[in-house]
Amino acid sequence: MNRIQKKLQEDKKLLSIYFTAGYPEINDTVSIIEDLEKNGVDMIEIGLPFSDPLADGPTIQESSTQALRNGMTTNLLFEQLKDIRKSVSIPLIIMGYFNPVLQYGVEAFCKKCQEIGIDGLILPDLPVDVYAEEYKDIFEAYGLINVFLITPQTSNERIHYIDSVSAGFIYMVSSASTTGAKSGFGDEQTEYFKRIADLNLKNPQIVGFGISNNDTFTQATTYAKGAIIGSAFIKHITNDGKQEISKFTKTVLGL
Amino acid sequence: MSYNINEKGYYGEFGGAFIPEMLYPNVEELRQNYLKVMAEPSFKEEFDQLLKDYVGRPSPLYFAKRLSEKYNTKVYLKREDLNHTGAHKVNNTIGQILMAKRLGKSRIIAETGAGQHGVATATVCALMGLECIVYMGEIDIARQAPNVARMKMLGAEVRPALSGSRTLKDATNEAIRDWINNPVDTHYIIGSAIGPHPYPDMVTRFQSVISEEIKWQLQEKEGRENPDYVVACIGGGSNAAGTYYHFLDNEDVGIIAVEAAGKGVHSGESAATSALGKEGIIHGCKTLLMQTADGQITEPYSISAGLDYPGVGPMHSHLHKSGRGEFYSATDDEAMQAGLELTKLEGIIPAIETSHGLAIFQHKTFKPDDIVVISLSGRGDKDLQNYINYFKL
Repeated sequence: MNRIQKKLQEDKKLLSIYFTAGYPEINDTVSIIEDLEKNGVDMIEIGLPFSDPLADGPTIQESSTQALRNGMTTNLLFEQLKDIRKSVSIPLIIMGYFNPVLQYGVEAFCKKCQEIGIDGLILPDLPVDVYAEEYKDIFEAYGLINVFLITPQTSNERIHYIDSVSAGFIYMVSSASTTGAKSGFGDEQTEYFKRIADLNLKNPQIVGFGISNNDTFTQATTYAKGAIIGSAFIKHITNDGKQEISKFTKTVLGL
Repeated sequence: MSYNINEKGYYGEFGGAFIPEMLYPNVEELRQNYLKVMAEPSFKEEFDQLLKDYVGRPSPLYFAKRLSEKYNTKVYLKREDLNHTGAHKVNNTIGQILMAKRLGKSRIIAETGAGQHGVATATVCALMGLECIVYMGEIDIARQAPNVARMKMLGAEVRPALSGSRTLKDATNEAIRDWINNPVDTHYIIGSAIGPHPYPDMVTRFQSVISEEIKWQLQEKEGRENPDYVVACIGGGSNAAGTYYHFLDNEDVGIIAVEAAGKGVHSGESAATSALGKEGIIHGCKTLLMQTADGQITEPYSISAGLDYPGVGPMHSHLHKSGRGEFYSATDDEAMQAGLELTKLEGIIPAIETSHGLAIFQHKTFKPDDIVVISLSGRGDKDLQNYINYFKL
């Protein structure tokens, strides 16, 4: 069983953190992963920076631009992560856009992920039907779980289709927005979270977009298995420095 | 072999819809409806009427006598520059605003490079009384000031794109992000034959009026429907797609594309995608694009804001890869000289984008009895300042 699947079976609400590899400094990748694991985080999304991150708001855009300026590349990220499994056992997901993966070669990329001990991928612009038709067999051959997004506008029919193609969790985008655009949830989100919970999907859901503190983490995980924080964490390390990760996770978890 | 789109939204191996799930409902709604809506008699009637009475179509097919003499061949210019708003762009915005209305959308967004598409979008929004927001790179806002003023006068809000190279690519990113944040009431009028399926095909069909007219106009003038060559400049490639459309599967008609080489194809400051690009994904479609070995999209350069784009539409990638199209590129200097030459020989000041197409004569020699139709995609009023600076007028 894959580390993501094992983690999802634990009887607790999961906190997943996204950060952009190569930000704020080029060589921060490993230490940020180690610190997140030490501080009670359950799952990590390592952002592979892209020049044109269409689904991201200003915070992640800027961190990506800075990471690329710092010299981050696909090869360098793999190089930085090559011994990561000697120091951490937390589930690791690479999140990025499809073009850098396509240029690396989809199979070569998956193979490298398996060698390193990456457990899954999130590629928002790789549509589920293209994945199912062209890439599912490759991902599975290398033990990788591909995670798909759903939004408040996704039809139930399509959610069931995405559920059938998924083998880990479903990334539930809290509202129609780019990352970091909105904060706080209203009745609309609560209703949406309830609606999805009532669909009784085979894959648990983890909520992302719009989660930044204990309030939003609690609201999101009332109906879902966990929550993902990205922009708020990047803002935190930008403003407070990467040494203060425990302060951030404690606040979010209400400790 | 067909050079048109297949039922899955691909031209050969290029095209498709590589979009985040947030955009799926909007793009899917469009995919399911665009052909149906375009086939409705009431839609066709309204579209044709507006093209005739509002845009001023058909645009003339003009025999350029002095240009023909100079290059010892028969050159016809398809006068898209005489359209209302000064370029071919309005053919597409008229079509898409009617589409948006039928889909019940009340808010329109668009990206623009040279500002021609922004003006064409702001114009049809004024015509239909719809809210209009145009994203434009900060650099382009500076080099296309008259068009910015036009858009504002027409009631549009012009929002600067401040990320990346602050040109067309980044304006497109911002428009896509806006659409993600406004998934219900908004229609995105993409201005070129790019983007996720069905955009390249929809834009091409609205622009195909260009080649439809060329056929009957040439029949009247030359007693034949098919020229030997059709020539167009290519940024994303909407005027080219419309100019080629009705000749795609007729291999007697040569298809010629002229890209922007900037300061030289290999100078590091170029937008010649077919020469420098590699297959990848940009703005939702699989196509040729300029990128690093690592898959990061690179910053293009051209003196012409409308060609300053690191990709080409998927139809054009297919025409290039299959060998159906002949691809050339013209430098800034070649384009500027070709623009000046047309002005002096024919009394027509072309847009700098269009001037790249006119520079074909620096790259290819035609036979005396060849009929060469060049898409005169836009007029040069908006570029006057650039011409003044370049030629020290």
